[in-house]
Amino acid sequence: MADVPSDAPEHCPGTSSVEAGKTSACQGCPNQRICASGAARTPDPAIEEIKQKMASVKHKILVLSGKGGVGKSTFSAQLVYGLASDTSTEVALLDVDICGPSIPKMMGLEGEQVVDYSLCSLFQYVEDNLAVMSIGFLLSSPDDAVIWRGPKKNGMIKQFLRDVDWGELDYLIVDTPPGTSDEHLSVVQYLSGAGVDGAIIITTPQELSLQDVRKEIGFCRKVKLPIIGVVENMSGFVCPKCKNTSQIFPPTTGGAEKMCSDMQLPLLGQVPLDPRIGKSCDEGRSFLSLEAESPAAAAFSSIIQSEFMCNQTVL
Amino acid sequence: DIGSEKGNLAQVRHVVLVLSGKGGVGKSTLTTELALALRHAGKKVGILDVDLCGPSIPRMLCVGRQDVHQCDAGWVPVYTDAQKSLALMSIGFLLENPDDAVVWRGPKKTALIGQFVSDVAWGELDFLLVDTPPGTSDEHLAVVENLRKHKVDGAILVTTPQAVSTGDVRREITFCKKTGLRILGIVENMSGFVCPHCSECSNIFSKGGGEELAKLSGSPFLGCIPLDPQLSTSVEEGKDFIQAFPESATFSAISHIAQAVLANIAAA
Repeated sequence: MADVPSDAPEHCPGTSSVEAGKTSACQGCPNQRICASGAARTPDPAIEEIKQKMASVKHKILVLSGKGGVGKSTFSAQLVYGLASDTSTEVALLDVDICGPSIPKMMGLEGEQVVDYSLCSLFQYVEDNLAVMSIGFLLSSPDDAVIWRGPKKNGMIKQFLRDVDWGELDYLIVDTPPGTSDEHLSVVQYLSGAGVDGAIIITTPQELSLQDVRKEIGFCRKVKLPIIGVVENMSGFVCPKCKNTSQIFPPTTGGAEKMCSDMQLPLLGQVPLDPRIGKSCDEGRSFLSLEAESPAAAAFSSIIQSEFMCNQTVL
Repeated sequence: DIGSEKGNLAQVRHVVLVLSGKGGVGKSTLTTELALALRHAGKKVGILDVDLCGPSIPRMLCVGRQDVHQCDAGWVPVYTDAQKSLALMSIGFLLENPDDAVVWRGPKKTALIGQFVSDVAWGELDFLLVDTPPGTSDEHLAVVENLRKHKVDGAILVTTPQAVSTGDVRREITFCKKTGLRILGIVENMSGFVCPHCSECSNIFSKGGGEELAKLSGSPFLGCIPLDPQLSTSVEEGKDFIQAFPESATFSAISHIAQAVLANIAAA
């Protein structure tokens, strides 16, 4: 049965949900008895189909945070630019932030013409070896909003993973929205057959970020998603005029370093604030290439080099 | 009887949503500071925190682990002070362990938000501010649908100056239009950083995007708030920034925004 059957009421929790058949929305639905009995919750055949589709993808990595605005998409963009700088490495970036797809803009693909509304046209190429997929490419106007409830978002993510010909890839990087909800559960569930190498978790130094990131780490452990490590972003700002450092987002509880130590996780690196990062993202250009000499680019590169190029044991 | 139709919101004079399309732009910070500014102006304020995955408000107001009690009318909100001038409800108070992740799909989030809107015994309030997570999904639809019976004054939209942020906020504006939510105005947060050592201003997250967005969408521009480590530290530590730094440019920016919101609501 489809996750949200065509005859389901508006607030259908989805047939594979643990609440299937049991919520107030289920009252009166023709499928209620089947859902409540648990019969609809057999393993989704899409999981096996995705496993087959993903057989040609060597490494799958999720970029997560609990907190919004810490630089997940920024990091994902620099990561794929960095990986694809070796033209023999095939890289794809999948953006599952359905409500707030930033990746097209950051990768310089905003306003790309979608040839047709098939899933294949959701693949847009930055370089021959760097492809990007985002719902953003289906939106014809920058004002278009995707006002979807969870089950519909889940359906889209399933289609992204199952119905696309991913081809031979060295890396599939998945950029996610903040939180621990439908998108995250769906990505983990649908990739459970294919296997995910692990997650990179992004935070800023503040406790307000770390408190959400600890939840994300809890989520990863709950769903048995390995954590590759943590990146602390917006880690200090060096004034371009006087060169003094200010902690704009102060690490009042010890920052990512203390959290990683407490939770026994690798701290992959710390990236400072740099106005040129935001500017590059707004312009859809690679900060790594444009400002290669900057401390922030050096920090990004060092993270990418150490974890993906040399550290064979992680992957 | 309108009072019984509106139930627990019957004595709430004004309801304002704080929205963004984008995460991490300062919705919770603005909600907190606006609440504190309104309280300092003698208003009774409530904050409903419907960010179920990442509830920030309890920490920002230094209201750590609290038990939530029931009364005949429903849940009693948590008060930040003995005078009960600032009331809160957040999923943060319902978690046994504050580090527990709330890993819920949409329908479960929708159900709890429905309860939060109708089953919190707010009593008499001048303002109820609703802090939301980023996006245009279950939480936002749940809040708007459950508030249909009650008059909602409108929404404040928060952005940073960057195009990546305003790009998402444009979609949130569409959400407001589609759901009939009046836009009280746009706030541009993280609007420049003045170095405390040499006073050089750096536009770390670009410049001017909020004001441009306001023009583009025909919405009022409420003002800019600069990046301020003292504000960041205050919300981290749950301190009252308004009381601690009344001479700062940031305080002046927040006051100006609070005044603009009050004026917009009065003009409606």
